[in-house]
Amino acid sequence: MTSQEIVFILLAIATGGSALMVVTSKNLVHAALFLAATLAGIAGVFLVLHADFVALVQLVVYVGAIAVLFLFGLMLTRAPIGREALDSQNRGLGTGVATALFGVLVALIVDAYADFSTTAEQAGREIAGPSTAQLGEAIFSRWVLPFEVASMLLLAALVGAILLSRRDEGDSGEGEFVATTVTLAEPPSAEGELRELPQASGGEA
Amino acid sequence: MSPMGPLILASFLFCVGVYGVIARRNAVLVLMSVELMLNAVNINLVAFQDLLYPAEADASGQVFALFIIAIAAAEVGVGLAIVLNMFRNRASVNVDDADLMRW
Repeated sequence: MTSQEIVFILLAIATGGSALMVVTSKNLVHAALFLAATLAGIAGVFLVLHADFVALVQLVVYVGAIAVLFLFGLMLTRAPIGREALDSQNRGLGTGVATALFGVLVALIVDAYADFSTTAEQAGREIAGPSTAQLGEAIFSRWVLPFEVASMLLLAALVGAILLSRRDEGDSGEGEFVATTVTLAEPPSAEGELRELPQASGGEA
Repeated sequence: MSPMGPLILASFLFCVGVYGVIARRNAVLVLMSVELMLNAVNINLVAFQDLLYPAEADASGQVFALFIIAIAAAEVGVGLAIVLNMFRNRASVNVDDADLMRW
């Protein structure tokens, strides 16, 4: 067993354990932190697999941005805490489906790759994977069209997220501004009390 | 290094994500489980690139892993915006409560 495999197995145990905690934790914030740990472990797996740039992108985008986004989402939606509140009655169904799927997948993988030698083992030497420079060259030559489509998709998702999370939908920006001004310019509560006094006396009379 | 290790780890993470999507009722936790499933596919892509086609000039596996990361970021943004809208309108993030279009 090479050192690469030992590091991979340790990382896999840590990653799988935190992934299990994500779906079984009773505390929402703990689930988000375990998700960050899982994503960091996956970045480590990428490093073991000689994908340095993907590992760094994984750390920056997932652990840095998406985990924080999830924490914001959790704290903006006050959700009840506790296993009964977080899990639906489908827990048994979920366990069954996940276990069956895992069994089928592992059987297929073992059947397909049990006596399989990788390209490096066939060649009998270490073959260097694509470097970051080669990766950039590939993105901007062979994969430039999917790259542009992905950037347009990101722009559309940005606009869509802003549109969805605006407070009053259907209003133009101008109307919203006027409404804010009126709200801010309303007199303080002293006049409200004055206005209520005659009503109260009228009720008594 | 045999490809079995990364592939089994990826299928384990995918199945954990499937369990989370089915069993959780909080919409944010469902989104987290979807992220687990997307990451499992990323492990597959990078593992195949490294173990089967290390000298490929196009670097398809790693490039597609990067695309999936970008698309997952967009998905999380829009998904969380939808969840926040649902919380604002119905005061709940329970996916069982989103039954307005049920016949």
